[in-house]
Amino acid sequence: MNQIPTNVGLLRSILVSFIRNEVQKVGVDRVVVGLSGGVDSSLSAMLAAEALGQSHILGVMLPYVSSSPESLSHAELVVQKSGIESLIVDITRQIDAYFEQFPVADQRRRGNKMARERMTILYDHSARWNALVLGTSNKTELLLGYGTLYGDMASAINPLGDLYKTQVWALAEFVGVPEVIVSKKPSADLWAGQTDEGELGFSYSEVDRLLYLMVDERYSREELIAKGFPEGFVDDVTLRIMNSQFKRRLPVIAKISQRTVDRDFRYARDWGK
Amino acid sequence: MSYRFGIAQINPKLGDVEANLALYEEKLRQARDKGVELLLFPELTLTGYFLRDMVPNVALKLSSRVIRHLKGLSKKVGFVAGMVEESSDYRFFNAAIHFEAGEIRHVHRKVYLPTYGMFDEQRYFARGDRIRAYDTKFGRIAILVCEDLWHPSTIGLAALDGALAILCPSASPLRGLTEGRVQDDNARYWEMINQAYAETFNLFLIFGNRVGFEDGVGFWGGSEILDPFGKRVAKAKYYDEDLIVGEVAFESVRRKRTMAPILRDEDLDLTINELMRIRERPSHLKIQEKAPRKGGLKVKGKKRTRGRKKR
Repeated sequence: MNQIPTNVGLLRSILVSFIRNEVQKVGVDRVVVGLSGGVDSSLSAMLAAEALGQSHILGVMLPYVSSSPESLSHAELVVQKSGIESLIVDITRQIDAYFEQFPVADQRRRGNKMARERMTILYDHSARWNALVLGTSNKTELLLGYGTLYGDMASAINPLGDLYKTQVWALAEFVGVPEVIVSKKPSADLWAGQTDEGELGFSYSEVDRLLYLMVDERYSREELIAKGFPEGFVDDVTLRIMNSQFKRRLPVIAKISQRTVDRDFRYARDWGK
Repeated sequence: MSYRFGIAQINPKLGDVEANLALYEEKLRQARDKGVELLLFPELTLTGYFLRDMVPNVALKLSSRVIRHLKGLSKKVGFVAGMVEESSDYRFFNAAIHFEAGEIRHVHRKVYLPTYGMFDEQRYFARGDRIRAYDTKFGRIAILVCEDLWHPSTIGLAALDGALAILCPSASPLRGLTEGRVQDDNARYWEMINQAYAETFNLFLIFGNRVGFEDGVGFWGGSEILDPFGKRVAKAKYYDEDLIVGEVAFESVRRKRTMAPILRDEDLDLTINELMRIRERPSHLKIQEKAPRKGGLKVKGKKRTRGRKKR
């Protein structure tokens, strides 16, 4: 079976250099990262610590009352191991105060609200600390749209956005993310018992192999099916990618003038830097 | 004769010509201290690479103040600069300019502008229309910018035009990882063709690549000087700034060309005749897409305009 080539040693040095370069050229030397206790944020934080120094990283833990206590203890494990600065901000009161007004809200609305609440807190602390918000979304999530727009998907720079989940695992192990975090089942922990793979309906290792061939290697639908992927699986994943394209773009702007932002007003983000 | 050529593997600021000019001056000072006689700066390092709509703002006319300043700098050490050149009819070229002894010795306008994948060059730049070797105080050389070298015809022409060395300023992004390698897949590909070209065309290949990141895209560095035997005379670090110096001993071109007189034996007329024939009809690959007709191959379709590929 096709493995996704990873080369963890080279990957680590490229990403450390990426974080250092892209942060420092903005004129700051610190980042703020939300620590969920999961493998993505743990890896992001540890790579940043290597790039900028442990005292230049603020890991913020943002538990809700129903969050699994394990998540918090795993996040604390990362703080201990990496020596970064940390802060716990419990979001229960503000979330509950809001939903008192809308008590019928379902899990999805509550989950999205929590993700966005956390985002506002990270950005607030990035302003307080003169830092950038470090992203933690991986390529699998970005392609499947498995994240909250303007929530966990929001960041200034993201070292993991071109790594599939299975690559994140391999790199996390190499970089020394605590084993208990690397080996546990991935979960957004927005409600009790939630797991990514349960919610998505397939495993990361299956979907990563498919996405790698489909996106990176440009295999056609027929070629993927010939490779042994079930038709329904290929179509489901294709549809997920198409339907979540909006999460990977700026909002749609009505074109009126000669030069419209993001259409024919084109500049690099690193403009002048 | 042997000369000391250097490569400044730098990380320029995107869209900030003044800052990059200061960086050029610093590197020229360092190069002079190392006895460098010709310093190669990578592609578009006076401006940065992913310029997009900034192109007209950083473009330089050959009569501009910055160019005059660069000419002045070349009185001490000659160098090849990478910049956006603006022509008198307001076209913008991705250009590499050789400054020597206070003058412009040569301007190469990049011919092959990658416009696929992450690249957008043809959207912003006009295409160069010539490949020329030219004489310098070191001997006859040619400049090919980055993607130019991915078209073997360019280096073939330069070699036939008498170049003993190719200078290839690049802004080559890292991409693709394979287990167990010290460099990314794109770096490996470049190193393979650089070595093959140096040996095949029996010349020095001086490849200068930049480093740093622009909007998350990293440039892999790894600049190198190869001799006509394919040996690496000098090699820069991967992914990090560096300044390397190598001896470019043209007598080794003589030795190699004596042992393997490939260029001497090149049949120019044959090549030209075959190229004329190929230009006049679509390639055999195109014909194969359709079933052959009875009574021989009849080819429909308009003649291709000379030397221009429409995209």
